[in-house]
Amino acid sequence: MMSEIIKVKHLTKEFKDVRAVNDLSFSVAAGQVYGFLGQNGAGKSTTIRMLLTLIKPSSGDIEIFGLNLQKHRKEILRQVGAIIERPDLYKYLTALENLRIFAAMSGVKVSEKELMEQLAMVGLAERAHSKVKTYSQGMKQRLGIATALVHEPKLIILDEPTNGLDPQGIADIRNLILHLSKKMNKTLLISSHLLSEMELIADSMIIIDRGKKVVEGKVNELFDPAETVVELKTTDDTAAYEKLQQSGLRKIVKEKRNDCILLKLHRNEIPAVVVQLVQMKVDVISFHSRHSLEDYFLSLTGNTHAYVIKN
Amino acid sequence: MLTLLRIELFKIFKRPRTYIAFGAIAAVVLLFQIGMKFDGKTYLDLMLNNVSDSFEVSDEFKSKLLNGYFICFAILNILLIQMPLLVALIAGDAIAGEANMGTLRLSMTKPVSRTQYMLVKFMASIIYTLLLLIWLAILALFGSMIIFGTNSLVIFRSEVIEQMNSYDVLWRYVAAFGYAAVALTTVSALAFLLSVFAENSIGPIIATMSIVIVLTILSEFNIPIYDKTVKPYLFTTHMVAWKGFFYVQADADNRTIDGTIQNLPAIFRSLGILVAYIVAFVGSAVWIFKRKDILT
Repeated sequence: MMSEIIKVKHLTKEFKDVRAVNDLSFSVAAGQVYGFLGQNGAGKSTTIRMLLTLIKPSSGDIEIFGLNLQKHRKEILRQVGAIIERPDLYKYLTALENLRIFAAMSGVKVSEKELMEQLAMVGLAERAHSKVKTYSQGMKQRLGIATALVHEPKLIILDEPTNGLDPQGIADIRNLILHLSKKMNKTLLISSHLLSEMELIADSMIIIDRGKKVVEGKVNELFDPAETVVELKTTDDTAAYEKLQQSGLRKIVKEKRNDCILLKLHRNEIPAVVVQLVQMKVDVISFHSRHSLEDYFLSLTGNTHAYVIKN
Repeated sequence: MLTLLRIELFKIFKRPRTYIAFGAIAAVVLLFQIGMKFDGKTYLDLMLNNVSDSFEVSDEFKSKLLNGYFICFAILNILLIQMPLLVALIAGDAIAGEANMGTLRLSMTKPVSRTQYMLVKFMASIIYTLLLLIWLAILALFGSMIIFGTNSLVIFRSEVIEQMNSYDVLWRYVAAFGYAAVALTTVSALAFLLSVFAENSIGPIIATMSIVIVLTILSEFNIPIYDKTVKPYLFTTHMVAWKGFFYVQADADNRTIDGTIQNLPAIFRSLGILVAYIVAFVGSAVWIFKRKDILT
């Protein structure tokens, strides 16, 4: 059995009259990439800040590496690397200087060569002596990850690591996370509101809403691969939607969006539905079967909007 | 702790804004010295106008008066009132600047205790203050000694002229600069405390200066009711006590006694009050910061 690296029990945080995190419990096993999902304002950042002692919980317990976080803060943080929201660094310093500072603050002595190796790992060796203010958002993000890794932590916590990145930047971060997990055996807790991103990297996940747990488990177990969501595009979606509502297909229509109609159905049903659409003279442009956490999310919550979670 | 302090100093001295204060001091001192070199006699005549009714001033006395010690005293009178602003630039930025840059949250995820972090930040601002004063001493004292030479120091008080022999002056400057360091550290501690509440450094810097200006004006009020009730408790009242090192005891013939200070206990009392303010400001800053949720 895998040992638990993070164990959160009945965690609650209240700000004046707002309960940002509400009786939240979860655990992260060693070596996992653990997805921490929820829409903006769900309480992800507040929880992560409590895991990093930036915010004091109103109640509840946090254990990391089997130690109580409040009592063993320094000992625990020595083995944790983190980025919270944006990777804000000292813009007037170079990448190498930033890395040296955060290595020293982490209590490790790292040689110039090792620092350069760290920068090379995130693809910044050639810009090691450039000031951070000249960096793009993606480069800052990668440097942020380098600062989180500089002391070789066992646990890495990344809060929305792909925020504000272009597609190439997102792919780079994804590959880096997979490298850290698979090749370097690190445990990662990654928060995101992008379900599709989590699907590609996470082993387990938790979805929270308004500070409460909605569901927790292994990504492959939480999925029902037979259930799928189909994105239907037609020449006239409004007319097609009306036709579908008046037909026997009404029960599989999930939602009409601006650019498509979402159908939720079993994979075996797809051929028959296509035939029916043709018979109903619906002018189909595309019929695209999706298979993502977003769809899982949709099926789980039964909500009219995939990104809105409700109990 | 030493590593953290080194990091703080590295960060402070890597920022161009840190050198503004050093540049400002150099500009003021050099401009004053140039002015005094070319028109010092007129400056002296203006000063002596105030006391010429009570004292007879010979030309020989006037020429001795214009020396490095006198120039330095005049500069200190001007600059030590303005220097709190320069000190607040760094201390006010200590926590608020980090919060503004977003580096505070990253720093606080490192295995460093909050108390340690705060104390190191404050120590760094003390070192900055000391370096500013050393810079001031180099330019204003040693620079003036080289340009104008040394002689007896004569200073003018409302109804008194204090004269100190040349060999009896330097130690007074050392003491005065030491006292000024404590006085400026008090301002630094206030800016540091205010910095904990803010998320950008402009607020604490302006707030510190506003408080210092208001309290300085209050310290100067000539309203008797404030003399015993308010003024003794304002730190600004005690910030100017460095001048006490240049007030000398006199013998029965009204001759100054070398190596003496007129009211040493008053200086120590003022020093004690400033230290109490520093402890209160920094203690409060640490206490608040330890309990603060870092949301920036």
